[in-house]
Amino acid sequence: MEPIQVIEGGVTALLRDDVDTDQIMPKQFLKRVERTGYGEFLFYDWAKEPGWELPHNPILATGRNFGCGSSREHAPWGLEDYGFKAIVAPSFGDIFYSNCTKIGLLPVVLEEEDVRALAGAGETAIDLERQTVAFSGHEVGFEIDPDIKHRLLNGLDDIGVTLGNADAIERYEADRERSGPVTTAL
Amino acid sequence: MAKSLYEKIWDAHEVAPGLIYVDLHMVHEVTSPQAFDGLRLNGRRVRRPDRTLATADHNVPTDGSKIAAQIADHLSRVQVEALERNCEEFGIPVYSIGSDRQGIVHVIGPELGVTQPGMTVVCGDSHTATHGAFGALAVGIGTSEVEHVLATQTLIQPKPRSMRVHYRSELGYGVTPKDLILATIGQMGVSGGVGHVIEYAGDPIERLSMEGRMTICNMTIEGGGRAGMVAPDDVTFEWLEGRPAAPDPLPVDEWRSLRTDDGVEFDREIEVDASTISPQVTWGTTPGMVAPVTGEVPEPRTEGEERALRYMDLAPGTPIREIPLDRVFIGSCTNSRIGDLRAAAEVVKGRQVSSSIDAMVVPGSQQVKAQAEAEGLDEVFRSAGFDWRSAGCSMCLGMNPDILSPGERCASTSNRNFEGRQGRGGRTHLVSPEMAAAAAVEGHFVDIRDWERAIA
Ligand code: SF4
Repeated sequence: MEPIQVIEGGVTALLRDDVDTDQIMPKQFLKRVERTGYGEFLFYDWAKEPGWELPHNPILATGRNFGCGSSREHAPWGLEDYGFKAIVAPSFGDIFYSNCTKIGLLPVVLEEEDVRALAGAGETAIDLERQTVAFSGHEVGFEIDPDIKHRLLNGLDDIGVTLGNADAIERYEADRERSGPVTTAL
Repeated sequence: MAKSLYEKIWDAHEVAPGLIYVDLHMVHEVTSPQAFDGLRLNGRRVRRPDRTLATADHNVPTDGSKIAAQIADHLSRVQVEALERNCEEFGIPVYSIGSDRQGIVHVIGPELGVTQPGMTVVCGDSHTATHGAFGALAVGIGTSEVEHVLATQTLIQPKPRSMRVHYRSELGYGVTPKDLILATIGQMGVSGGVGHVIEYAGDPIERLSMEGRMTICNMTIEGGGRAGMVAPDDVTFEWLEGRPAAPDPLPVDEWRSLRTDDGVEFDREIEVDASTISPQVTWGTTPGMVAPVTGEVPEPRTEGEERALRYMDLAPGTPIREIPLDRVFIGSCTNSRIGDLRAAAEVVKGRQVSSSIDAMVVPGSQQVKAQAEAEGLDEVFRSAGFDWRSAGCSMCLGMNPDILSPGERCASTSNRNFEGRQGRGGRTHLVSPEMAAAAAVEGHFVDIRDWERAIA
């Protein structure tokens, strides 16, 4: 995963609420076993509607509860493959938010009116270190979990980091692991 | 210090701050192939195959095919075969197509007794909250996280906030757990639970069967919730007793301590009066766009609602009961357990599916199917004109041959009415199994409370 510092450039606006991951990446493309090449299927059905436009830009400004529904990581894979590096919305589906952070696609939560203003401005610079979004000559701040921020800033591989902590997992298993189902004995 | 059920489980599993140990990892074919590739690429192994269990559900045809090689769709076949190969390579038990334990991942976990109170459960699937019905903390995860859990048996998870939905009073006649959760989502909105683990509590919940509790927890994600849970009690223990993976004897005393202590404050709390809830029917393209069966399609208040009505081809003011249907689907991880099928069979017994309707029943697992057949439910459905299928996700998401055609309108017992969910251009109305069964007979929605029950 590439480290993120500042993401700047044009803003694509898709100001709809409750955009679910079934719309972002319809099911027929979930049959692929690859991790790349999903950009061309992004919003596959919506893209066929008259008047649809989704310019290629680094930043997507969108509506409330973006990425709700299915846990499919194919949705962030498609957005990233299309060229988006950050998504700005008033709120996100929890699993989608987490999935984005795992692949280095930055989800940014701003107030609805700021998202609209950002979409209107058409250009922005998002500074992860400072947690700010700059547009139209001013800046607004955003919140992000410090651990997630640290991993994104440094482009860290989660699994590598956790395995670096393997001692703690071994201790947990030795001392505190609950008895539970042994699936291999079924 | 007083703690909630959620906090008790969280604290017992925190390996380090924000790093949670996973007791059970369920795997299916759609969200796992890239995770296994990642392991191979980095020379990593699966840390705890003995805490991992896989099945094939999303892609499988429900026509009774017995082996993956019989799946006609090339990409589906490749995906199911990849699951089988990956599980073999990494030593993970798998119930694939043809196994008598195969089924929808959220049906087989509880059915085998691998889902138990106090556990942490994850799966690369947003409806993992279903397992919370047993007093487990169960969260849906993405493919990168699946890989993380396979490699480390832990999940990185910033701690969600807590929420309690407290139900009062009693469910009315003909009103089901499905109606309860649909009405709750209608009340709190589809993002009302975002960032929260939701505990469902109150007398109406305590009176529910495990299946009803699973239906409720299952749909937590449709209200945006991270996880849904119900405190375990005698109903839970009775369900688990004697299941293949259940401990013998059950650690009932320990499990009884898994409840929210008096005086715990939740970050958010809402009350729902169960007695005011009628059978529900969704009219739009999110599960929160829902109305009582006695109501009408509402005037749109937002652009999103306007768009939904256009997509659904519905005019405001149309009585819900006059909406004509083309298809009926009884199935999915929300409503495909034996209790759901019994309830639907009771409604259709001795009646005929309307000539304008194409109706199907898809048991959630091969075991549910076998049980239903032992009870003769398959005959009830078949002679009424239903198509009786084999286990899988089927038309819940249409990744397999069971799909809606553009413009078709379906009464469905599944959990999502998103645009195109059951097939491109298809229109989905979410309802309970009883309501779906009655709609199949009448060709349109009916208020199940006015429905004359077949004489058993
Ligand atoms: S039945 Fe539907 S919601 Fe449930 S796991 Fe399958 S596709 Fe997902």
